[in-house]
Amino acid sequence: MSTARDDLAFVNRQSFIELQARERAKALFDAETARELVGPFDRVESPWLPLQGVTPQSDDGCVVMKGKISGRPAVVVALEGAFQGGSLGEVSGAKMTAALDLARVDSERGASTAAVLLLETGGVRLQEANLGLAAIAEIMAAILDLRRYAPVISVVAGTVGCFGGMSLAAGLSSYIVMTREARLGLNGPEVIEQESGIDEFDASDRALIWAIHGGEQRYATGLADALVDDDTQQVGAAIRKFIVKGVPTVHRSSQVALYRKRIEALDPTRQLDPKELRVQWGAADSAAGGISAGGISAGEEERS
Amino acid sequence: MSDYTGTRGTAWFRALTGNVPPMTGDPRSVLTADASIGGGPARFLCVVPDPRAGFPCARHGEVGLEEAYTLATRVREVIDEDRNTAKRPIIAIVDVKSQAYGRREETAAIFLAAAAAADAYGSARLAGHPVIALVVGHAFSGGFLTHGYQANRILAFDDDGVMIHAMHKEAAARITRRSVENLEKLGKTIPPLSYDVRDFAKLGLLHKLLHVENPDHPSEIETRKVRDELLAAIEDARHSPWDLRNRLESNEARDTRRATLRTRALLEIQWRAEAGQTVS
Repeated sequence: MSTARDDLAFVNRQSFIELQARERAKALFDAETARELVGPFDRVESPWLPLQGVTPQSDDGCVVMKGKISGRPAVVVALEGAFQGGSLGEVSGAKMTAALDLARVDSERGASTAAVLLLETGGVRLQEANLGLAAIAEIMAAILDLRRYAPVISVVAGTVGCFGGMSLAAGLSSYIVMTREARLGLNGPEVIEQESGIDEFDASDRALIWAIHGGEQRYATGLADALVDDDTQQVGAAIRKFIVKGVPTVHRSSQVALYRKRIEALDPTRQLDPKELRVQWGAADSAAGGISAGGISAGEEERS
Repeated sequence: MSDYTGTRGTAWFRALTGNVPPMTGDPRSVLTADASIGGGPARFLCVVPDPRAGFPCARHGEVGLEEAYTLATRVREVIDEDRNTAKRPIIAIVDVKSQAYGRREETAAIFLAAAAAADAYGSARLAGHPVIALVVGHAFSGGFLTHGYQANRILAFDDDGVMIHAMHKEAAARITRRSVENLEKLGKTIPPLSYDVRDFAKLGLLHKLLHVENPDHPSEIETRKVRDELLAAIEDARHSPWDLRNRLESNEARDTRRATLRTRALLEIQWRAEAGQTVS
């Protein structure tokens, strides 16, 4: 039973999913502090797409903005899911890597600069294949370097979700923020059905897809650090909490012993039950501390 | 798919480690051993097929959950053991079909397992360990990102049995709505699309292409030659920054990755420019 307050909140919220990458990035900064770098008017486009009859985009589907969040220096890099499925090409990859590298240089000099990655992406842009894969390896290296000094926060809000090599970038982040609508995984259902057959994964079974890749499942199994509604305020609030919280004591991707034991405890002779996994893995003990931004709908129990 | 996957990895692991028995207690699909190179110890790691693996989608040389966490464990071990001593080189012998494609893997978050292995390799590199990838066979997408692609230096054999790519030919052709032949033709004129390792080398990402007479059966002489090349790569890595800038500094990279270099330069100028206009 939702209260009047919930209805009002629902009506007044600004959907984050409906915003384009540029609007999403800008919405996260303190007012009047955001500045876009290598924007559309600089016309740094993919040199490879035109050779294959694909119209390039003047920002190559990647928005880099620098400014302040909660009064602290931050850079936001947003992938535009509507252009080539948010896939990583040479230029969009270089923009993300360079932004992370520059944030690390400033952080090393004492001006700690957090990075927020808005990841709506299918991974490598196949028209640029090996340069896309190389860019992802360099983004991963840049995250590993920066996260020692300042938090790297990945946001997967949907509806494209975060797949392919970029899911490893999310996995290396200090914190992951997701909505229920979002999905996060290495291989999309279609790829699995194609490589391992429909019995392994029926890509048309939407309930199965969200039961495995969905934001609620990732959060409930301790693989995402915040679950928020599709509400720009809540996404912003979760990011601000993590920027203030700072670099976690241990990054999730460094907790090898914990996760190796969890894998060894699985019975691989049958498919895993996502609901069961919530009990076994639970959100509580993830070292990064699963926190939920305020304003989560009533049904979601508050986590300390 | 080619039948190479795994046989070359195993052959070169044995040859380069001088048949030191692999460490015990790990899944059969990950070979790990410490062996000497250039007079000092180094850790060698290789992912190989295990037809009896517990996870059915990781039995043909794919990098799955167990492989990724085993790699992460064995690499982090080196970081911990050498914390206060000379930093051992870490050599990833790469012959991986790809990442594992399975529902179990996605449910149990293979994206994090892969990240954990890449974290270990990258963290070892940042801690001062020379991390060298030696591509002796296939190095496809998630499998390579997990095992090898965080290396300071990447060496690869120059024969047709070596393929470094973001996606298998058939899948890439289907997704980009092309025939395989068309994809191969495009690869001749557009280097980042090519499946030929000699074209891959044009991207400037490789430290060196190695010619080996018989890559399937390493001879004594060829093994010694490859070991010397590894040693040269280790020394080169030891005397340069621990990040991946070397992938942008070769002549090939300056030619083929011009757009990357231009983007980075422009972004830095604008990042530094104090007078930049705020977004209205």
